[in-house]
Amino acid sequence: MAEEILRLEKVCKAYNVGQTSETEVLHDIDLRLEHGEFLALMGPSGSGKSTLLNIVGLLDRPTSGRLTIKGQDTGTLGDTELTRLRGHTIGFVFQYHLLISAFTARENVMMPMLADRGFASAEIEQRASKLLAQVGLEKFANNLATNMSGGQQQRVAVARALAMNPDLVLADEPTGNLDTKSADSVFELMRQVNRDSGTSFLLVTHNLDLARRCDRIIEVVDGRIQP
Amino acid sequence: MNHWLPFEWITAVRFLREGRLQTLFIIGGIAIGVGVIVFMSAMLAGLQANFIKRVLTSQPQIQLLTPDQVARPLRGAGGEIEDARVQRPSQRVISIDQWPKIRSQMLTMPEVTAVAPTMSGSALAVRGDASRAITLSGVEPDSYFKIVKVPDYIVAGEPRLTSEDIIIGIELAKDLGATVGDKLNIQAASGANRVLTISGLVDLGNKGVNQRASYVALRTAQSLLGMIGGVTTIDMTVTDIYAAEEIAQRIQAADAVEADSWIKTNAQFFTAVQAQQTSNTLIRLFVAMSVAFGIAAVLIVSVIQRSKDIGILRAMGTSRGQILRVFLLQGGLLGFIGSLFGAVMGACALAYWHSVARQADGSELFPLILERQLFVLTALLATLTGLLAATAPALRAAKLDPVVAIRG
Repeated sequence: MAEEILRLEKVCKAYNVGQTSETEVLHDIDLRLEHGEFLALMGPSGSGKSTLLNIVGLLDRPTSGRLTIKGQDTGTLGDTELTRLRGHTIGFVFQYHLLISAFTARENVMMPMLADRGFASAEIEQRASKLLAQVGLEKFANNLATNMSGGQQQRVAVARALAMNPDLVLADEPTGNLDTKSADSVFELMRQVNRDSGTSFLLVTHNLDLARRCDRIIEVVDGRIQP
Repeated sequence: MNHWLPFEWITAVRFLREGRLQTLFIIGGIAIGVGVIVFMSAMLAGLQANFIKRVLTSQPQIQLLTPDQVARPLRGAGGEIEDARVQRPSQRVISIDQWPKIRSQMLTMPEVTAVAPTMSGSALAVRGDASRAITLSGVEPDSYFKIVKVPDYIVAGEPRLTSEDIIIGIELAKDLGATVGDKLNIQAASGANRVLTISGLVDLGNKGVNQRASYVALRTAQSLLGMIGGVTTIDMTVTDIYAAEEIAQRIQAADAVEADSWIKTNAQFFTAVQAQQTSNTLIRLFVAMSVAFGIAAVLIVSVIQRSKDIGILRAMGTSRGQILRVFLLQGGLLGFIGSLFGAVMGACALAYWHSVARQADGSELFPLILERQLFVLTALLATLTGLLAATAPALRAAKLDPVVAIRG
């Protein structure tokens, strides 16, 4: 049996708790993700996909329920421990605001390692270069983020998400802002990484064609996972 | 990427570098503020030093005098006061009791740098039909010229004081129609008189003083004023001019003399110096505050502009503390870099003003004092101001919810 990376049990998320405007956006979510799995998360806008992704990514806390990452219950962790766990276990790829514009492509990939270790080193630079080569952008290593196309930026973002060798990559509509060719190329890149390194992916997408190429599709409607 | 700088430094420097125009403008603002502080502090220090030099090189810092002569009420055999009205007696010119002993005592005090006994009194300077009332100061040139820099004020002749010489103020020379080498008949109130040769003319910077000032040898004054072997004052200088009053009080408490410090005798001047220092401090405070608000405003805008970057950094495992330090460092760096430019601007402005601003006689208005300490302190103060000003924006950045930040 494959190692379990992620488990959500009866996870609920509500906003404005205790007020008349209290709104529950996620209801009793149960979800499991195993090592090496590539999961597509689909659903209409406002269904709670991004909220679920933020909770899984430890950027937000559930109102109730239990979230376990690599067997560790995250409900008992403080902010510093959550930040550390996030940095070491989870990589992010966002739809917009992909890279930090003040840094070059290589430096963007180095950032998670730099934040973790405190200082840059030849080893960190080599790993960043290797990851850029993996996403086919070694020639653009010294380009500032602003001097690259959307597709190239998204490839750098994938390389950055892999910098800390995470167990899980959360991608929030990573191809939503790209043309069909670039979208396909970025998706294939993630799939390749998934196959080669066994990194699990949780991909939020509206693109049914891409979703069908994932291992599993989960649909969220009105804050509930559809059976 | 630099291998020696930590993550926070690299990120702070890059954020500042990317916001080029914004960074340049705020550094310009800080530089102007720091420049004003450096310029004002150095100029006021120079002006003050000049004023103090002028005041303290033309008068002693502490002067020992005979105590006031007081009348005692007449008492009867039973000790009862016979007459309640006590009239203040006229103050006779008398010598300080045991002055050589007091002089020796003063010379042993570590904070005292020079001691000079003097004999002062009124006399009349007569030349032909002209006569003028003068203040006759009998001095020992070797010790007295260390306290009052008479040689520095000589405008004609030389600072020579043998028993036949007299140095007089330039206005007195004009009134008497006399110049160096001329003879003057000095007549004391007791009737004694001496014919002395003018060896030098002094300009002490004050018309009234120049009309009355005259210096003769101590023995000449003693014989003219009828007080052989006596002195009326003992003049002194001390190491710390601002401690003069405290030292004077100590001397007065220990010896049977009255001790006046320059602080007491120039109370108005001293108040003016203190008012100048207070206004300088206030100006510095307000300039520092405007610099601080400028830095804070720029960093708050930067936090808003960079909220998505902050969100991404938080998502990739950057802690709140690291974000806090990134923005604090930006404040500190802005303050420090601005202070370097400001110090150069202030020094250049000061050098220019020093070359342009002149006194009526063409001499410099103030000495150019550019102490390293001023620049180091200003840089420290500006860096600290930058750090303090960055506190609110940095806290705001650190508290930013990454979900909200990434969503924009």
